[in-house]
Amino acid sequence: MIVTEKKPINEIIENLERANAKSVHLFGCDTCAQQCKTGGEVELKEMTTLLTDKGFEVTGTSLVDETCYTQLAKREFRQKEELKGADAVLVLACGAGVKCVADSAEETQPILPALNSMFLTSVERVGKFYEGCSLCGNCVLADTGGICPHTDCPKSLLNGPCGGVDNGKCEVYTENDCAWVRIYDRLKEQGRLDIMTEFVPPKDHSVQGKPHKVLLR
Amino acid sequence: MSEDVNLLKEELDAGRFTITAEICPPRGTDVSAFIDKARLLKGKITAANVTDNQRAVMRLSSLACSVILKQEGLEPVLQMTCRDRNRIAIQSDLLGGAALGIKNILALTGDHVSFGDHKESKPVFDLDAVQLVHTVKTLNEGKNLNGKELRGETDYYIGAAVNPGSVPLEPEWLRFKKKINAGAEFFQTQAIYDMERFKKFFDDAEKLDVKILGGILLLKSAKMAEYLNKNVPGVDVPQSYIDELENSDEPLKTGIDIASRQLRELMGFCHGAHIMAISQEESVPQIIDGA
Repeated sequence: MIVTEKKPINEIIENLERANAKSVHLFGCDTCAQQCKTGGEVELKEMTTLLTDKGFEVTGTSLVDETCYTQLAKREFRQKEELKGADAVLVLACGAGVKCVADSAEETQPILPALNSMFLTSVERVGKFYEGCSLCGNCVLADTGGICPHTDCPKSLLNGPCGGVDNGKCEVYTENDCAWVRIYDRLKEQGRLDIMTEFVPPKDHSVQGKPHKVLLR
Repeated sequence: MSEDVNLLKEELDAGRFTITAEICPPRGTDVSAFIDKARLLKGKITAANVTDNQRAVMRLSSLACSVILKQEGLEPVLQMTCRDRNRIAIQSDLLGGAALGIKNILALTGDHVSFGDHKESKPVFDLDAVQLVHTVKTLNEGKNLNGKELRGETDYYIGAAVNPGSVPLEPEWLRFKKKINAGAEFFQTQAIYDMERFKKFFDDAEKLDVKILGGILLLKSAKMAEYLNKNVPGVDVPQSYIDELENSDEPLKTGIDIASRQLRELMGFCHGAHIMAISQEESVPQIIDGA
């Protein structure tokens, strides 16, 4: 799941004004943004009230199961005249959702983001999100006891902890346990500390070439 | 200073107690105070470390300042972190340093940008400190990281850092050994506060055939000690020193005295000492004379 956060309302209004938008259609997402309380039914209503109060005409709202699925966004554009007719569309979804809506709209219609996309999360329970994966394209979890040094270490170190470990805590986020101390403890429990004596060569970032694509057919 | 002699390596190899100190480059292009400090330290220490945007605060480049030190006749140790450059820039700067006559390198991970004055910048960390040591070794062997032959190799004396006071010590110890296996020949430690604990670390480390320079950090006041404890990673000044500084009429003098005592202790068993007198480099000669 992708975690999103709301942009400040002033930024959203500024973006609408720069797009010369008097009328706006709101486009939410009923999966990730709904769970993050940033783009579900409740937030669409809140945004409608906020923008109406600021003098904008909200022509309507759309809420699809997954806004990051272009076919679903396109269907909304086929079915809703008020979506096509709005001066701009404000998307309450992650960046991938904004892209799908933008790809579904006419070239002339401005599509604006209402959210910032933050990270790919592991969901501890409803409303508790911890970054789960950095999408590095070269998973190292086999050698790190299932704890990701790319994600949990702010420096993404691959060969053990930095010198800033303070009583097992991270120097950057002092409330966090050092990822490498956790890796050490877990590998020790598993009797596999020999892994931590092996040199890990520099990461191959060529697999990180943007923009990525996978075509299964 | 002869072009071919590496004073730091020579002293350590000869088994003489070797003192290094760090000098911080200026924030700007005016190097006059930096040169003054270099002249003050010349003859008092064997080599001077030039910090690389220490604590992620932007300053004049460590490579440029290392060259200035060399021109002043003081042997430089070029500090290089992984925070601000990817592997292309790092290798390029390493070749540059070698071409300009720099002979010593201290390979560091680097403090995170969140500690510095450009918190919005991208932390690079394309390499980590172990991989950086490996990179220097590779260039010393005449190849780049992708195995391509160099037209002229580097000849760095490779140093790295270790924190003997790390809690827990075991993961740090494993990484220390990784750095040695990757090619590190000498170590400058983080500031030492528990000499008994350090001695034990040293006894174990000595068996691994590397040179260790124990870190001494000059404390200027109780307030500074408390600030360091709170804000500088890897620093943990004990309360007894803070009290000593607190109760002193001349805290800087007391700080110099503490540093001299530490230096004297290190002279008894260690290969050398590395003095970190943050923005107070002019006190380094007094620390040495006091010991």
